[in-house]
Amino acid sequence: MAYNCVVLVKQVPDTKRVTGKAMNDDGTVNRAALPAIFNPEDLNALEMALDIKDRFGGTVTVITMGLPAAVAILKDALYRGADEAILVTDARCAASDTLATSYILSCAVKRIKYDIVLCGRQAIDGDTAQVGPQLAEKLGIPQITYVEKPVEIEGQTITAQRNIGNGWQKVKTQLPVLLTVTGEANVPRVAAAKKMMKYKAAMTPAGVEQKIKADNSHASDDEIKEMAVQKCSEMDKKGLLIEQWNLDFLKADLTWCGRSGSPTKVHRIQSVVLASKDTKSIEPTDDGLAGMIHELLEDKIIA
Amino acid sequence: MIDVNRQGEVWVFAEQHGGLLEDTPIELMSKGRHLADILGVQLGAMLLGDNVKGLAKKLIQYGADKVYLAEHPLLEHYQTNSYAKIIYDLIHKYKPQIVIYGATAVGRDLGPRIASVIKAGLTADCTDLQIGDHKTTDGQMHKNLLFQIRPAFGGNIIATIINYDRWPQMATVREGVMVMATPDTARKGQVITEKVQLSPQELPIEILEEHTRAKKVDLKAARIIVAGGAGLGSKDNFRLIWDLANCLGGAPAATRAAVDLGFIDHDHQVGQTGTTVRPSLYIAVGISGAIQHQSGMNQSQKIVAINNDPQAPIFDVAHYKIVGDLNDVVPKMIKAIKEKGFKEAIGEGK
Repeated sequence: MAYNCVVLVKQVPDTKRVTGKAMNDDGTVNRAALPAIFNPEDLNALEMALDIKDRFGGTVTVITMGLPAAVAILKDALYRGADEAILVTDARCAASDTLATSYILSCAVKRIKYDIVLCGRQAIDGDTAQVGPQLAEKLGIPQITYVEKPVEIEGQTITAQRNIGNGWQKVKTQLPVLLTVTGEANVPRVAAAKKMMKYKAAMTPAGVEQKIKADNSHASDDEIKEMAVQKCSEMDKKGLLIEQWNLDFLKADLTWCGRSGSPTKVHRIQSVVLASKDTKSIEPTDDGLAGMIHELLEDKIIA
Repeated sequence: MIDVNRQGEVWVFAEQHGGLLEDTPIELMSKGRHLADILGVQLGAMLLGDNVKGLAKKLIQYGADKVYLAEHPLLEHYQTNSYAKIIYDLIHKYKPQIVIYGATAVGRDLGPRIASVIKAGLTADCTDLQIGDHKTTDGQMHKNLLFQIRPAFGGNIIATIINYDRWPQMATVREGVMVMATPDTARKGQVITEKVQLSPQELPIEILEEHTRAKKVDLKAARIIVAGGAGLGSKDNFRLIWDLANCLGGAPAATRAAVDLGFIDHDHQVGQTGTTVRPSLYIAVGISGAIQHQSGMNQSQKIVAINNDPQAPIFDVAHYKIVGDLNDVVPKMIKAIKEKGFKEAIGEGK
């Protein structure tokens, strides 16, 4: 029995490798200091889907919501073995919190035939772990969060082991289901050279149009459009066209998208300034250390 | 959707397992009490389970005015859909203005599901909650909102999140960041028993097996913590941490890097993805002091840092700065403690 998997992925700033000030002086996030990467646990979700495909057959479709630049992680997913990639991008998605994001993603997932929806446990830019459960609710399917091992599937029944903080739990449910996957679940496979060769040229329709425009600076807008349509249909035939969906295509209710669809708002953002205390330097000598121990005893810090 | 309701109560989800309350909801009760007092409203606790009525007393002692009790054999084990349904019904019926959950495995599974049904906001993993006013860009003033304060971007920034137009205001709160109050055994409160009706579709999951284990160390309760980082270099060398901890009667701890390198078990991890601690004394050995680690220990009363790099960020939060090779400093420190302890015990050295 084959299963259709949909994997939700996100391009995130690499918060572990901040190369400069995280914040600009005007209080906005300095994205330039934060290189963009494939959210680490989304790679584990992708691996779990690819593993299901290897064992049972079926398809793996990858969806991301983000800026056009997020196409980079979709290509990465194709290199690793995904069958299809979809970019959900629209300026009206901006300022979406987890609730609005899960609504928009639910509109996209509902357009696809799926048995299993997979997400990384959480994204490293927000660490909220909320979009998965919220998406499951919007799709009206059960969720199994914190899956920490490859799953077993028999017919329509899936069994998964999940981390419950102070131990683990083995649970069973009927498909369709949404899983959130932890970093412990598996080791993501690397990109395959053959697939890299194949998908290196993969692009979204907007990307195609942009490239034609750059290559044909004297062409009129109509000519560019015409060339783009032709090029897109060629690429689609070769499986190189990355689908691009906007909110109109998704028939999304705009009141539930972007700022208006987001109950949470930012009141204030502060750079982390840790309280600078009076620091006393201690010489790393027997006398220096004995003096410090004496002080700690006097202050009754140690008994 | 729930409209803004200024008279609404403050609620805490009283997570229990096997008839025992977790630490986190008790920590949340004291914070909830504080918020309710500022707002001049009552504090409610949501208690779900099977045969858990006995826990209501404890919740009242820790500050609850009301305990909303939902008991049913099918609620014995936590399940996302069944718990979400009961809580959704409670929120709809009583319209609290604030609902807080522990950012535990359960709270982080449950909270977003409820937020999605109610179409309310939810801020994950808060490290502080306050009451404050917010002025929107178009000049509207919203008074007495819940300030939901949390680190973001890997701990590099602190964000204060609010929701002023769709209620309840909901947040999950990180374990160990709120200080537990002392129980008041004379406190009186009301237990409100709710009728529970569940259908099979609210229980789509079958739990086949469950294994839990006690943590190997209770860092939250330790008065003295000696923590080691990647600077220790090897698991063998990490013995220095155990030795120093032993001679101080303290608990050994570690950074995420040291845990990832296999120097010590994850139960000993301090920081954003580990335990948040506030001991009397925190000795940081070979720890550079990433923001993710600092956020889990910077509330310690005294911090001693040993590092060979004088520029290490850990020194920014340290009270005692020791620049040197830990392999030299730690044995000297052990010697100093042993001598000092001995001399003071027999009345010398004063």
